[in-house]
Amino acid sequence: MFDFLQNILGKEKNTSKNVAKERLRLVLVHDRSNVSPHILEALKEDMIKVISNYMEIDEEALEVSLSNEEDSVALVANIPILKMKRNYQG
Amino acid sequence: MGEVIVVTSGKGGVGKTTTTANIGTGLAALGKKVVLVDTDIGLRNLDVVLGLENRIVYDIVDVTEGNCRLKQALIKDKRFDDRLFLLPAAQTKDKTAISEQQMKDLCATLKQDFDFVIIDCPAGIEQGFKNAIAGAEKSLVVTTPEVAAVRDADRIIGLLEAAELPEPQLIINRIRPAMVKQGDMMDIDDMIDILAVNLLGVVPEDEKIVVSTNKGEPAVLDQESRAGEAYRNISRRLTGEEVPLMNLEVNENLVSRLKKLFGFGK
Repeated sequence: MFDFLQNILGKEKNTSKNVAKERLRLVLVHDRSNVSPHILEALKEDMIKVISNYMEIDEEALEVSLSNEEDSVALVANIPILKMKRNYQG
Repeated sequence: MGEVIVVTSGKGGVGKTTTTANIGTGLAALGKKVVLVDTDIGLRNLDVVLGLENRIVYDIVDVTEGNCRLKQALIKDKRFDDRLFLLPAAQTKDKTAISEQQMKDLCATLKQDFDFVIIDCPAGIEQGFKNAIAGAEKSLVVTTPEVAAVRDADRIIGLLEAAELPEPQLIINRIRPAMVKQGDMMDIDDMIDILAVNLLGVVPEDEKIVVSTNKGEPAVLDQESRAGEAYRNISRRLTGEEVPLMNLEVNENLVSRLKKLFGFGK
């Protein structure tokens, strides 16, 4: 009942426990991803394969990384396009 | 043939040594034959928590270097006939004084004579940690409900998995039910959710731990101690018994009710 009231009053969100959980969640996304850089590398190779079906890209300049924006974590890929394929054959 | 269990945490000061001493003593009180191994070479403390510091003659490095026989280095805790022993760390060497292979051999030898070989791991993730886990078959991760401790626990869990130890079990130490209730401390579910591991036990914050450490008598032997009760439960779970988590809230209320009854409350 007390929790219910707190929810109604919107106090629940601001407890320091929730701040702790949110900070932990973000820091762990980074910590855990740092343990396996080879996963990012494998992802990069798969992305090159798929995108190359549609366009010619600069494989050397391609960058894939995790980035922290405000309260969320995003996978950011920077993929320079060299040329669009004119006739895509599905 | 016994079981080799390593007690880890990553971060220092969360209660690894206290946990090792209490679980070991708890298991001995249940009639199991237990040896505790302190691998925190250079910063040994398990001896003082157990109250055995005055009886050390040889240490773990003396054993691996062949200066004495293993049996000579084991210190018997007189409170438990022939059931509780300590293999102390060396205080004047460093973590490189022992190799991972030497630890494996040592654990293999000890588990022939004991039901439980419990290894107190040093803080950190360097050589001391690698040595401590080298001969282990099972791992416990101790954490407290704080961001830094949970973060380090997560890192340790990753390293234990990389070392191909079976899934570690979590001990949440120094939880304060009143703060959890106010929303100012992470609760049990929050931490299990974040770390994604199985829970072995929850130990409430208890001033009696300070008193028991002062005396060198593990709190698990104090029937009045709440932390002691939690450690007795954990010890029983390690023997395979199913023991429900102790109700942290009820006692909190009882205490405040008693306080009110006697006029100490607000």
